[in-house]
Amino acid sequence: MKVILLGPQRTPTLGMVVQSLDLAGPIATVTAGWQEREPADDELNELLGGRGVNLGLYQRWLDVQTRDPAYAAAVRTQREMLDEVQELYLLRLDYAMRAAYAVRRRIASDLRNDAVTEAMEAIRDLDARHLARLGDLHGEFYRAWPPHERPVIDEHRSAVASLLRDAAAVVVTGGHVGVLVRVLHMFNVAASLGALVIAWSAGAMALTDRIVLFHDRAPQGPGHAEVYGSGLSVLRGVVPLPHARHRLMLDNAARMSLFARRFAPARCVVLEAGARVDIESDGSCPAGTPVLGADGRVVSVAAA
Amino acid sequence: MTVISGQDVDRKLAINRLRERRPLDAAAVDRFLARSEIPIVEGEKCTFLFRGAADAVHLVHRTVGLPERLAMALLDGSDLWYVVVELPEGSRFEYQIELRRGDDYDRFNDPLNTKVAHSPMGSSSVCYARGYEVPEWSRHDPAARPGILIELAAPSRALRRDVPVTIYVPARFRSTARYPLLVVHDGPEYLQYAAAKTVLDNLIHRLDVAETIVAFVPPGDRLVEYANSAAHARFLTTELVPQLESTLPLIGTPPARALMGASFGAVASLSTAYRHRDFYGSLLLQSGSFVFTDIGFDHGGGPAFEPVVRFINRFRAAPRRVADRIFMSCGIYEPLIVPNRSMAHTFEAAGMEVRYVEARDGHSWENWRDRLREGLSWIYPGPQKFFYE
Repeated sequence: MKVILLGPQRTPTLGMVVQSLDLAGPIATVTAGWQEREPADDELNELLGGRGVNLGLYQRWLDVQTRDPAYAAAVRTQREMLDEVQELYLLRLDYAMRAAYAVRRRIASDLRNDAVTEAMEAIRDLDARHLARLGDLHGEFYRAWPPHERPVIDEHRSAVASLLRDAAAVVVTGGHVGVLVRVLHMFNVAASLGALVIAWSAGAMALTDRIVLFHDRAPQGPGHAEVYGSGLSVLRGVVPLPHARHRLMLDNAARMSLFARRFAPARCVVLEAGARVDIESDGSCPAGTPVLGADGRVVSVAAA
Repeated sequence: MTVISGQDVDRKLAINRLRERRPLDAAAVDRFLARSEIPIVEGEKCTFLFRGAADAVHLVHRTVGLPERLAMALLDGSDLWYVVVELPEGSRFEYQIELRRGDDYDRFNDPLNTKVAHSPMGSSSVCYARGYEVPEWSRHDPAARPGILIELAAPSRALRRDVPVTIYVPARFRSTARYPLLVVHDGPEYLQYAAAKTVLDNLIHRLDVAETIVAFVPPGDRLVEYANSAAHARFLTTELVPQLESTLPLIGTPPARALMGASFGAVASLSTAYRHRDFYGSLLLQSGSFVFTDIGFDHGGGPAFEPVVRFINRFRAAPRRVADRIFMSCGIYEPLIVPNRSMAHTFEAAGMEVRYVEARDGHSWENWRDRLREGLSWIYPGPQKFFYE
């Protein structure tokens, strides 16, 4: 499968990209990240030459909530539990990150360097444990409430699979990454993806095996990047950073260095407006892809 | 902050240029006032003016660090009075003019300044020093979908009266969703003087603050109910919140319950959480009247503060965790800055996560309004981190 990641589409480049691919047939679209605005896809459809077929995943989720209230209530309860798990992780992460920064501020020495490495390992370990815990909780929920045994969900899954079967490509837009991932999983989109996926912003993040949320410019002050769970995992070893310049303190090399090293060997791919990164099935990024380097600066991937 | 008047004024200031003008007649003063925005802000120097016949004119205010009454000097050969006050960048300064004619004193807002701050105690003129701006998120934004306000009467056995409560329900409210709850002391004042509804509409619209249901609660006898009253704490915790949680789609767990208040309202928030531990997850305390004594009982706050001082002294003697998180703010020009700075450490030492911020402002509703974005977004962060368009 080939994945094309684009920069944010405020000034759209999608139309040009699709034209260059010479695709035959309809193009499935996922705009569930827009939530209530999901159906407002006229402009998107225009960029796709009128060939867009919206999978309507958010509307399908609303339908599940109406027709299968027991499942919807279970999802809500699970969401609250996951939120609490996330909060507790963030609390621990805050101390771990502060420890790493504090150690790093000490005057350099071999012992200090060892301590920095260990502090970083502690953070990576915390991230990994959190990701595994989230996976376990999702697994438990899946076993307790098998979605394929819920008639309403099963009906929607069949409809989505049918639409995807005919699609030449799938386009996943931005929006709320949490909502997007939830409906992508619920309607089993990963199982029916074809040869090409084009995605940007939250859509790009939702394709990865480890979703990393980040927002250094929140009104309550810069937060720590946080692991939020797994996406569709069609992209492995990539941390997409849409709107990186706007959302991250890219000028703070020390902070960005910690960011890059924390998620290594995954590549933190900077996706600004106009960007296009074609990733082949082996997960490799092409030469020239802008990524966060270990020193915290944005560098280009060198040619193999 | 320093006060400069008369000959010491920097010669480049507008007032000083006027002083040098010859002839300095009424027409020259007219022209000067017509082209100036009063107070005149030039860097950190702010020139306050009054024009009229008087035996003495003072600038009166409650900013800690300055004499309470600042004498204004008469510009030679005119009826224009002035004083230059150095206000650090970002300051908001509330004041009035005091006039003496013979034995008669009169206080009023600055007739040359259109900026006025309102409070339940009346209004006062306000000077925006260099760098201060009214936050744009506190002004009406036509793009922000408005929430609605619902009035209800909460019967209270604890308080032996029905309490009128105003409930804020966010735009895009869905009965299938579940919301955190914020209970606000001095609710009507927050709505009227701190633009709380506009602020909530805007911050929720901008994803800075989570969609939240807010209960704006008025006090009865404020100085009694907010000064560590068991009845008030019981009303909120065993009557109002359960009533709201049974009728509205609230999350209903401690992390999703918060109390907020300013001044005595902050004391009421703290004492309610103190009396009902593990019930509230967060407190948002603005310019808390956390007056205490380290020795003796000479607190200088007057009789109304006595139950407060007893409570705060008791708390400081044996600090304990009353919530997970506390957001505190205080103006550095208000007398409560010292106790607030001290209490921030006390709260932290008790094992609570504390975010403490200060502003170059006084004990005023606009100060409390200006801190709402930081406070609310910290207590109930919006979903911005999830949105990547």
